[in-house]
Amino acid sequence: MSKFKTKKGKGAAAINTSSLPDIIFILLFFFMMTTTMREVTVMVKQNMPGATEVQKLQRKSLVSYIYIGSPKDSKLGTTARIQLNDVFANVDDIPSFIVSEREARDEADRTFLTTSLKVDGSTTMGIVTDIKQELRKAGSFKINYSTKKLKSDK
Amino acid sequence: MAKRSVPEINAGSMADIAFLLLIFFLVTTTMDVDTGITRKLPPPVEDNDEQANVKDRNVLKILINSHDMLLVDGKPGNVETLMAKAKEFMAVHFNNDNFPEVKEIVVEELGDKKIWVSKGIISLKNDRGTSYEMYIKVQNELARAFNEMKEEASIEYYGVKYTQLVDDTKVKVINKIVPVRISEAEPEDIGGVR
Repeated sequence: MSKFKTKKGKGAAAINTSSLPDIIFILLFFFMMTTTMREVTVMVKQNMPGATEVQKLQRKSLVSYIYIGSPKDSKLGTTARIQLNDVFANVDDIPSFIVSEREARDEADRTFLTTSLKVDGSTTMGIVTDIKQELRKAGSFKINYSTKKLKSDK
Repeated sequence: MAKRSVPEINAGSMADIAFLLLIFFLVTTTMDVDTGITRKLPPPVEDNDEQANVKDRNVLKILINSHDMLLVDGKPGNVETLMAKAKEFMAVHFNNDNFPEVKEIVVEELGDKKIWVSKGIISLKNDRGTSYEMYIKVQNELARAFNEMKEEASIEYYGVKYTQLVDDTKVKVINKIVPVRISEAEPEDIGGVR
């Protein structure tokens, strides 16, 4: 008759999982903070050229994107097209796009608005030049040629 | 009165709910940092021709044609040597007619130090048929030339690399000593390829 019970037939004790949701929530918040929502579905090819001397695009909320490239859907032909938000557009639509982008921002931030040109590498400069001219007329001077970052061979 | 025990809520599925939320955010968001070459466009020109005021020796003309070939200062060039050429052009050369004029600027932040800087401008002109890839390559080489010059200036005056400068005024001083002077000419349609 021993006073001490021997554990028998009880198996391993269950692991307390009550803190698991908290861990997952922390992960979730981390991802929510570090990432941005995908806003548009890109409908044009985007094989960006690489460059070594790149700068990071700061303050993503103050960046408006213009996508240029041949359409992913081959039914739409192979000539390079401009995509603004979720639709294909023409060069003439750029000024109104810039105005609407500007209106959507805070008044104090409007001067810092950057236009990021996401251009496919195989595009010719003609369409890019047209867009740049329109941007100049619209008064949106800060632009960023979006490129992949290459390691410099130093 | 007997104390009634409150039944415990089963929180076992809480983790699953959180996991679902996590996976939803993972799918809908992007993590990639946008990188690129930042440039400032000139304001639209009125009819008065500003280019006429710039002396010929102060301008390094770079042309890219519709076959992605380069013409640097009237001679055929290639991308590999472009950086060295741009750097050499923008460096300070005293009393040399082949290179741009120099001027003296006073930098108050460095104790009213007088520094000679080149008055050179790099003029970049491309055709409508130039491929974007080539254009970016050229822009990248020019950016590299200016970045290296900034690096050198930074090491000379502050003893640290340009990218490691923390003080905002120091960055401004370096940008004053080495201004990025790339001018893009008004576009022209020569090659006939759109």
